[in-house]
Amino acid sequence: MPIFSDIKAILGGFSITLSHMLRRPVTIQYPEEKRTPYPRYRARIVLTRDPDGGERCVACYLCSAACPVDCISMQAAEREDGRRYAAWFRINFSRCIFCGLCAEACPTLAIQMTPDYEICKRDIMDLVAEKEDLLIDGCGKDDSYNFYRHAGIAVTQPRGEGLEEAPPADIRTLMP
Amino acid sequence: MTASTVDIALFAAKLGIVFFVILTLAAYLVFAERKILAWIQDRKGPNRVGPFGLLQPLADLIKLLTKEDFIPAAADKWLFYLAPAMAAIPAILTFAVIPFGAPVAIAGHQVPMLVADLNVGLLFFLALSSIAVYGVAIGGWASNSKYSLLGGIRGLAQLISYELSMGLSLVPVVMLARSLSLADIVAAQSPIPFIVYQPLAFLIFLISITAECKRIPFDIPEAEGELVAGFHTEYSGMRFGLFFVGEYINIIVLGGLATTFFLGGWHGPFLAPVIWFSLKTLAFAFFFIWMRGTLPRLRYDQLMHLGWKVLTPLALANILVTGWWLVLKAA
Repeated sequence: MPIFSDIKAILGGFSITLSHMLRRPVTIQYPEEKRTPYPRYRARIVLTRDPDGGERCVACYLCSAACPVDCISMQAAEREDGRRYAAWFRINFSRCIFCGLCAEACPTLAIQMTPDYEICKRDIMDLVAEKEDLLIDGCGKDDSYNFYRHAGIAVTQPRGEGLEEAPPADIRTLMP
Repeated sequence: MTASTVDIALFAAKLGIVFFVILTLAAYLVFAERKILAWIQDRKGPNRVGPFGLLQPLADLIKLLTKEDFIPAAADKWLFYLAPAMAAIPAILTFAVIPFGAPVAIAGHQVPMLVADLNVGLLFFLALSSIAVYGVAIGGWASNSKYSLLGGIRGLAQLISYELSMGLSLVPVVMLARSLSLADIVAAQSPIPFIVYQPLAFLIFLISITAECKRIPFDIPEAEGELVAGFHTEYSGMRFGLFFVGEYINIIVLGGLATTFFLGGWHGPFLAPVIWFSLKTLAFAFFFIWMRGTLPRLRYDQLMHLGWKVLTPLALANILVTGWWLVLKAA
C-alpha cells in the first residue's frame, strides 16, 4: 500500500526537521564572532617588499594586463641605477573581483593576496587604494625571495654574481 | 441593577484581557515562527532587537505602521480597504466562543471563562470561517492584479474543498457531546477527551484547519513561489499587517478550537485550567510552524483531490460508524 510508505515519508520529514531544530546553529554572528580565513584566502591585495626592504614591484604591467576587470593601473619609472619601480600604483577595490590573477602573473611576487576581507567603506572613493596604501613593510608569502638575486642581475650587480648564475664565459676560450 | 453593572464590568475586563492576549500572542507567534523556522534551518533567527530578539514584534509593528500605504491606481478602493478587516475580524470573533478556562467565582459572580457562551458556538465558528475567506477573495479581486486574482480564486477553491470535511469531522463531536455549545463540548470531555474516541475525525479536522488558516502545505492562495504573495500581493504597510496578523490569530483560534473539540479543552491534571488550555493551543501552534518547516506546498488540484475524494468520504464513514456505535451503546 503506497499510503503506508507515504505516511512513513511524511513522519521521516518531521523527524528530520525536529532533529535540526535541536542542533546547534551554524550561524557566525559576524561583528561579534569572526571566522579566521585560511592563509591563502583571496582578499585585500598588498604590495610587498623584498627581504632587504626594497620594493619588489618592477612596474612590468603584467598584473594590470592579467586583471580581468582592469582595476590595476600604474606608471613605470626608472632609478638612476636602472632599477624599475612604479611611480604610482593604484588598485580600484570597488572593481576588484579578488580572482588572484594579478598575484599569479607577478614575476617578482610583489603583488599578493591577503586574508584581510574587511575592506568595506561608506564612500566608494575610499576603495581606490594608492601605492602608499598598498605597500606593506614585510615580505608577505615567500619571505626569502628577492627578484634581483635571480634575474635582472645587470641592473643591481655585475654579471656572474647572481645566485644561480655561472660566471660569464670567455668567448675566446670557446673556440672550436 | 447593581449586579448587572458588576457583570458588565467583569465582562468588559474579560473582553479586554482576551483581546490583548490574543493580539500579543499573535505578534509573538510571528516571532516564534521565525525563530523555529530558523532553528529548523540551522540558523539563529531574529536576535538583534532586545534580549534574544524579544522586541522584534514591536520593531515589526513600527515598521509596518510607518510604511507607505500603497493603493494600486486601478484597485477597487473601498473593497481594497475592506478586505484586510474581513480577513482579521472573523478570526478574532471566533475566539469569543472558545472556553479557555473553568468558570471562576469573582465577587460572588460566577464568571464563565469564555466571552460568549453561544448555544450554537460550533455553527458560529463554521460560519465565521466561511466569512474569513471573503477577505481573501475580495482582497484578490479588489487589487486588480492577476496574481491577486488568482490567489483569491484559489482561496475560494480551497474553501469549498476543505470546509465540507471540516464540518463533517465535527459532526461526531456533536453526536458525542449532544450539544453545539463549546462549553458543553468541553464539559462532555471531562474524563476522556474525544481524540480517544475520534482519532480519525481529529486527523481530518487537523488537516482541514491547516487548509483553513492557509498555511503550508496548503498555502495555495498565497503561494509565494508562483503568485508573488497571492491575494495580498498589492497590499503594503498595516493593511498587509492585518492580513498577516489575521493569519496568526487564526492559528491560535484554530488551535484553541482543536483543543476544545478533541483534546478536552481546559481539562487537565495538576495545572490551572487556563494553563492547560494555553499549553494545548500553543502545542498546535508549534505543530503548524513545524509543519511549515517540513512539508512542501501542494498543487491546488491535489488539495481538491485530498478534500473531496479522501477526507470527505472518510468523514462521512466516520459519522456512520460513530452513529452505529452510539446506537449499539444505547441499546
